[in-house]
Amino acid sequence: MNKFSFAAASAAVVLAACGSGSSSDEGAASDTVEIDRNPYPSTYTPYPSTATLLKDATVIDGIGGEILEGDVLLVDGKVSQVAEEIAAPDGATVIDATGKWVTPGIIDNHSHLGVYPSPSVSAHGDGNEISAPVTAEVWAEHGVWPQDPGFPRALAAGVTSMQILPGSANLFGGRGVTLKNVPSRTVQGMKFPGAPYTLKMACGENPKRVYGYGGGRFPGGAPYSRMGNVAGYRTAWAKAVEYKRKWDKYAEEGGDPPARDLELDTLMGVLSGDILVHMHCYRADEMAQIMDMSEEFGYKVTSFHHAVESYKIADKLADYGACSAMWADWWGFKMEAYDGVRENIPMVHKAGACAIVHSDSDIGIQRLNQEAAKALSDGRRAGIEISDADAWQWLSANPAKSLGIFEETGSLEAGKAADVVLWSGDPFSVYSQAEKVFIDGALMYDRGNVALTPVMDFELGQPGEGDLK
Amino acid sequence: MIRKTLLCATAFVALTAAASAQDVAIINAKVWTGTEAGTLDNATIYMSEGQIAGLGANFAAPSGTELIDADGNWVTPGIIAPFARTGIVEVGAEDSTNDTNASGSAFSVALRASDGFNPAATPVAVTRIEGVTRVAVAPATGGSMIAGQGFVANTSGAPGSVTDNRAFVYVDLGEGGAGLAGGSRPAAWAALRGAFADARGYPGRFMAHNEGDTLTRADAQAFGPAVRGQQLILVAAHRASDLRKVIELKAQNLNLDVAIVGADEGWLVADELAAADIPVIVDPFSNLPASFAQLGATSRNAERLIEAGVPTAFAHLGDSGHQARLVLQSAGNAVANGVSFDDALAAMTVVPAAIYGLQGYGSIERGNVADLVIWDGDPLEVTSAPTAIFIDGQAQSLESRQTKLRDRYLDLDESEKPPAYRR
Repeated sequence: MNKFSFAAASAAVVLAACGSGSSSDEGAASDTVEIDRNPYPSTYTPYPSTATLLKDATVIDGIGGEILEGDVLLVDGKVSQVAEEIAAPDGATVIDATGKWVTPGIIDNHSHLGVYPSPSVSAHGDGNEISAPVTAEVWAEHGVWPQDPGFPRALAAGVTSMQILPGSANLFGGRGVTLKNVPSRTVQGMKFPGAPYTLKMACGENPKRVYGYGGGRFPGGAPYSRMGNVAGYRTAWAKAVEYKRKWDKYAEEGGDPPARDLELDTLMGVLSGDILVHMHCYRADEMAQIMDMSEEFGYKVTSFHHAVESYKIADKLADYGACSAMWADWWGFKMEAYDGVRENIPMVHKAGACAIVHSDSDIGIQRLNQEAAKALSDGRRAGIEISDADAWQWLSANPAKSLGIFEETGSLEAGKAADVVLWSGDPFSVYSQAEKVFIDGALMYDRGNVALTPVMDFELGQPGEGDLK
Repeated sequence: MIRKTLLCATAFVALTAAASAQDVAIINAKVWTGTEAGTLDNATIYMSEGQIAGLGANFAAPSGTELIDADGNWVTPGIIAPFARTGIVEVGAEDSTNDTNASGSAFSVALRASDGFNPAATPVAVTRIEGVTRVAVAPATGGSMIAGQGFVANTSGAPGSVTDNRAFVYVDLGEGGAGLAGGSRPAAWAALRGAFADARGYPGRFMAHNEGDTLTRADAQAFGPAVRGQQLILVAAHRASDLRKVIELKAQNLNLDVAIVGADEGWLVADELAAADIPVIVDPFSNLPASFAQLGATSRNAERLIEAGVPTAFAHLGDSGHQARLVLQSAGNAVANGVSFDDALAAMTVVPAAIYGLQGYGSIERGNVADLVIWDGDPLEVTSAPTAIFIDGQAQSLESRQTKLRDRYLDLDESEKPPAYRR
């Protein structure tokens, strides 16, 4: 479906090793061609930190545990210990957290910060490559503007990592990128080291509205209907299966490498299990179709997004093993969002499926803890009992799992990254705010401390520069 | 004999729409009055014929009155969303269901949003059950920077729930208005001056033809009350320089009744707004430089405006057609950012009532309309919810389409019958 994929692909091929010639008898030929899977590597390294002991807080570890009056020790950028009583090591900064809460940093797995930054002027529209309905060859990171003031706003709200996705205009929107929420001059300086790539897909109204009844932006006007959407995915997957077969065969038997195709690189990555699929999909029946399609082509949907009707198929989602990244209560702006209910998140959780609170908003990302609180309390009123400690999984552990970074972060467990938030009070209260935010143990935000409140280039010299935001 | 009716934690289902308001008294209430009386503990609120007929810790309702025990919980005036689009749009992306604007219409001021109000729209109940009892609904701009006239309605969902169908004229004098007027702020202000001249010159300048400097004949006639100061002009503007131009407009036309919605940079001109007695409706969530008109946006905006003495109301401006209910969460956030609890509640009750001239609304005192909400916790907490809602003294249903969908799918077992049979 994508006519542009063969363009400059050949230039990007990397030789794995120099050699005098190839011998097709050998399994690993000395000049085997491999595709560089990480051509824009992260340059992020943790900022300097001192050992920090947060004392006597209500500690939510993010994996269902809660300690009243607990201590959390951060050493060398990692969570060192979480216990009721920890002795401060020599030289450690001790922070009295009496009456306060400590949690893992919030991870928003659906954000367009950087690709649709503030201000939202026409030149800043970098989230949707609306030139074709299948653009698996574009990468969100190539459109991220690290100077988006939305990043420090999110940091001030306890968000330590986020996934930046392409939008939902396209069937295949392109690769997403997982970032650590640290200010940087470059995107590479924000990229989460070792995080897998993700692929954004979208079902339902948006692709067919943009390309079909929205006015034929693509020759032929496809997709025009949901039927066209699914045919579009399946056509692309079928090509990807063929592409992968060729590359697998080449890796085993040598010969001429297949022609490089950036779009199919990404799809092949999904089929290999290296790239995680995140799919914008609202309606229950469509999610069910997508799950079948994934099985048709041998891949997995890691997370549905928005998933406004997940509550209707929470059992199927639990069986299949996909996460649902949801809002607490957005609804009604499109037909596919018409059946939104306030208890979606707890209903999904109750069925044993992975539930995530996401924002898809530069304003919403600043209060994900409140969104979780709304969903949690609405669920309790409907008879769904979930503890505060369990509910925090929606904000840290589950999004981390959906992004393939749970080994590194997403919970307060010894050995994991010290991505930690100190809250002024119960984070499920509207009155609480993040006081201190640590990323890899470094204090990257300190409320009321001008020296530790980042100001983006765009905000310099503007009304309100350096103001409380 | 006094029958004591205990309040259930779940739904308090209303009588059918045909029933009239019964005499009801809420007892053991922590009442936020919105008046100088402040917060009353262990108080009784007696409702009769749609009004608050008795109030106080020492007040005893007449014998035979149905009692509702608030168990020490908060009771507030019904929340008034001062800028919403509730009831004039069902599904935003579907034009056929969306009456907020009409880019193809020849009219501007003459467009009355109330003509498109549907009390049965699903967002009405969705909004009501979160404690919002009144909404001020504005049309959206379509073909003109002057969107038309907004209305005030209650959220009962009953026919006849519009209480003022020409409550205000809504004008965009920011970037949006500039674009619609031809592409610049000068174009917008020229158009506005022309509109004033047309309204003041009606019917004279329309004797020979139907077109004025800016307005059609019908629009000029409709704009008359506003330019004479008899109808509120609600202006959308954010940037400090734009706000100053609105202040200047009022200074040059002292009889005008003007309020501003948006005002993200209001804190930069707070003293001037206060001196000009121009109320503002702000969104406490707005703290990003979303446009070049909002560079100074900050969550401390509300605190600073209130501190300067500017009458300040809150609204949730994003997706106001479906999410007007989030005004309560925005108010809680305002408290986290320096606004007092009382000012935050007033921003959704007393101040909106004052802006729209709603006598008898927005506070709990004898003689006022019985729009009341009983809460199960702090009304500004995101974890709280109403347990009972009264509009004009009538108990309201706590059901909506959303609660019905939830109830159907709480149990996913379809071994006996599909979910379609459950309701």
